[in-house]
Amino acid sequence: MSERQIQLEVLRYNPETDSEPRFQTYSVPCEAEWVVLDALNYVKDHLDTTLSYRWSCHMAVCGSCGMMINGEPTLSCKAFLRDYPDTIRVEPLVHFPIERDLVTVIDDFMEKLNRVKPYLIPKEARTIAEGEYRQSPAELKRFKQYTLCINCMLCYSACPEYGLIPDFIGPAAIALAHRYNSDSRDGGREQRQQVIATKEGVWECSFVGACSEVCPKHVDPAAALQQVKIASTVDWYKEHLMPWGKS
Amino acid sequence: MMEKIQTDVAIVGAGGAGLRAAIALAEADPKLRISLISKVYPMRSHTCAAEGGAAGVIKPDDSMDLHFNDTVGGGDWLCDQDAVEYFIKEAPKELTQLEHWGCPWSREADGSVAVRPFGGMKIKRTWFAADKTGFHLLHTLFQTSLKYPSIQRFDEHYATDLLVDAGRCQGLTAIEMRSGQLRQFQAKAVIITTGGAGRMFPFTTNGAIKTGDGMAMAYRAGVSLKDMEFVQYHPTGLPNTGILLTEGCRGEGGILVNKHNYRYLQDYGMGPETPIGQPVLKTMELGPRDRLSQAFWHEQKKGNTVPTPWGDCVLLDMRHLGEKLIDERLPFVRELATSYLQKDPVHEPIPIRPVVHYMMGGIHTDINAATVLPGLFAAGECACVTINGANRLGSNSLTELLVFGKRAALSAVEYIGSGVTPNDAAITKQAERVQGRIRTLFEKSGGTESISGLRKEMTDSMEEHAGIYRTAEGLQSACAKIGELRLRYADIELHDKTNVYNTDLLQALELGAMLDCAEAVAVGALERKESRGAHQRLDFEARDDQNYLKHTLAHYHPNEPPRIEYLDVVITKSQPSVRDYSGAKK
Ligand SMILES: Cc1cc2nc3c(=O)[nH]c(=O)nc-3n(C[C@H](O)[C@H](O)[C@H](O)COP(=O)(O)OP(=O)(O)OC[C@H]3O[C@@H](n4cnc5c(N)ncnc54)[C@H](O)[C@@H]3O)c2cc1C
Ligand code: FES
Repeated sequence: MSERQIQLEVLRYNPETDSEPRFQTYSVPCEAEWVVLDALNYVKDHLDTTLSYRWSCHMAVCGSCGMMINGEPTLSCKAFLRDYPDTIRVEPLVHFPIERDLVTVIDDFMEKLNRVKPYLIPKEARTIAEGEYRQSPAELKRFKQYTLCINCMLCYSACPEYGLIPDFIGPAAIALAHRYNSDSRDGGREQRQQVIATKEGVWECSFVGACSEVCPKHVDPAAALQQVKIASTVDWYKEHLMPWGKS
Repeated sequence: MMEKIQTDVAIVGAGGAGLRAAIALAEADPKLRISLISKVYPMRSHTCAAEGGAAGVIKPDDSMDLHFNDTVGGGDWLCDQDAVEYFIKEAPKELTQLEHWGCPWSREADGSVAVRPFGGMKIKRTWFAADKTGFHLLHTLFQTSLKYPSIQRFDEHYATDLLVDAGRCQGLTAIEMRSGQLRQFQAKAVIITTGGAGRMFPFTTNGAIKTGDGMAMAYRAGVSLKDMEFVQYHPTGLPNTGILLTEGCRGEGGILVNKHNYRYLQDYGMGPETPIGQPVLKTMELGPRDRLSQAFWHEQKKGNTVPTPWGDCVLLDMRHLGEKLIDERLPFVRELATSYLQKDPVHEPIPIRPVVHYMMGGIHTDINAATVLPGLFAAGECACVTINGANRLGSNSLTELLVFGKRAALSAVEYIGSGVTPNDAAITKQAERVQGRIRTLFEKSGGTESISGLRKEMTDSMEEHAGIYRTAEGLQSACAKIGELRLRYADIELHDKTNVYNTDLLQALELGAMLDCAEAVAVGALERKESRGAHQRLDFEARDDQNYLKHTLAHYHPNEPPRIEYLDVVITKSQPSVRDYSGAKK
């Protein structure tokens, strides 16, 4: 297997010992099919055990390993070295406070996720004995895409709006609210609208679409935001212009 | 002063089993104080990696008896049959419950839940959500758990030790990773749901977090580990990364061929060959995992495998399934093979080889998910109930998380109803001892050993000697090696002496846990002088029901190998017989 020498420029920051972040460069011998995460693991095992970063699955599904790689929010376990030059810069995801090295503080996202009630609020209750709700493949298809979010937060890093207005609920959380709103089994839309059809909700989004571009799972949060906006506008008309039309 | 958190039930682990337990507790009694402790955020738990599906009887042509027989036969009669009966009865209810919570199960045209075939099953019974079943199961549970304010989460807290006084488990200590501070959880009951330990091996489908921490915690607290020698290899891993290609690939009709483009499984008791694209249940490619992985080993010995830069492989050919079906039912498989191996299953066969996947063994629990230590319960992959016996049937594990996660919660509720309370003074003293021990590890200088160095020696030895086929000689050297590494572990020196998110420290603790688990695997395997399911001895090729229709119990010793005892298997209605996966008489 061919070996290639990569210069990995890694942002380091330890709140106990550093007054501000700095870069540290590691020279890493890499195998052809490696991803950036493999190179970080090489550093951790052989060059510098003090480096901290999150990872687990190494298959782009646990959502732990998002980082800025050469300035782009990326899953490091899916960032193939073959797609990068010999010098690679690795930084923590932007728009989040740094906890340590490449580890960010994600409390804000966790709180927002909670706020949008991302769980089924049944339209009609059903006991286990009554069996499953019926849902046609077409009904499933209406929301399936929005279930694929791995909460990796790349979209929050890509979103210029979230960078400017931290109150913005943001792409992933809104996409998940929309996922439940669009589920044929759910009746909780009204409760969620109170959270997402607001200024900090969809109306903060300016449709740059960067969230959908970086999404490693093709969730397309921008489309979700767009659909919520349209639906909210329809709600508004129904309420204000044709009160009789609200069923 | 160490912070103390008072709680009713502490759950260690927020994967499928831990989340299911938490929800069951919150529903059983909204007043219960529940602490859900996890070293990663819940949605990072490795349940997210499960692809294929979850088994439960739902279709009219299926029956509880068929699921029972597939499970018990698949497990080579090492399953406790009372536990299997309970599991199978609860399975459909739990999967339906998950549907009610919003899990996006794949559907039939009429809107009912769809099922797919899996290895070792006589009938299709695996519920699936495309090929991301575990991911959807985990996120559905996690998102549903947000409904319950009584579930208090302690994300990114690394549990280190159980606190035991007067013969009862009364809490645990955990490091808050953000601050590096040790916290003491005083609990009336503790449930361990920390998942598997595949990271003892170098080539595994298991994520970095699967280091057997919870198994080691219980083991050191005096609860034995059961049947640890049974380690499941999954036959189809990508050779360079160990990434799994789900059994669903074969369930949908994928075939396995050697370098002569020959479907070699027919030579290993799983023939005759079935028509391509028309898989027949419980034979050929739909044989059980242990048999398929063993067949690979023989093909390799015969020189029939395909050499690749990452070792010898056989080929998984799915081309005949066509792009449409692959995209609909196996989109993740296509994405994984295409990006990580640069091979598209729509257009070319994918080289694969067996990969360490699942621990059948674990914390010894009874049918109620209780351990022998009052106040301590366990569920999920870290536990051994045992419904998996010597070889787990694919898609039984996800269901097991739900059934026994809930069971552990209900048992804990019942237990604390008897009015137990933690003894503050006694367990605080213990927690301080834990703190002292971690501080010593933290501050020690002049150590000569590195974490990654010891880890590599451990994984190499496990692969070489405790893999698909084993011998007394090899296992003896594995036991000696692990014993030696346990001693050398004392000479590790940490280079990171700071508090915030110190992964140097956590990796050292994880290594300690893996060494304890690995020793239980190696010693259990050495002592079991027969071949059964996933445990195959070249020097004892036959199953020996006379002497080993028994569970292995490994009892911890701080500086010696574990003491091994045996426990009879519970048999209710199925006497051991021959496992037959030939298609001849079907
Ligand atoms: C790639 C792959 C595919 C699979 N596919 C299938 C399938 O299709 N069908 C099937 O039935 N099974 C499948 N399995 C098996 C199944 O997914 C696992 O057995 C199951 O998900 C384990 O769940 P768990 O809840 O026990 O543990 P996990 O989901 O692994 O969760 C463990 C939890 O414990 C926590 N934890 C661990 N140690 C500590 C500590 N020291 N302190 C605090 N917290 C800790 C972790 O943070 C995590 O939250 C698959 C497994 C793999 C690896
Ligand atoms: S390590 Fe899990 S997404 Fe990258």
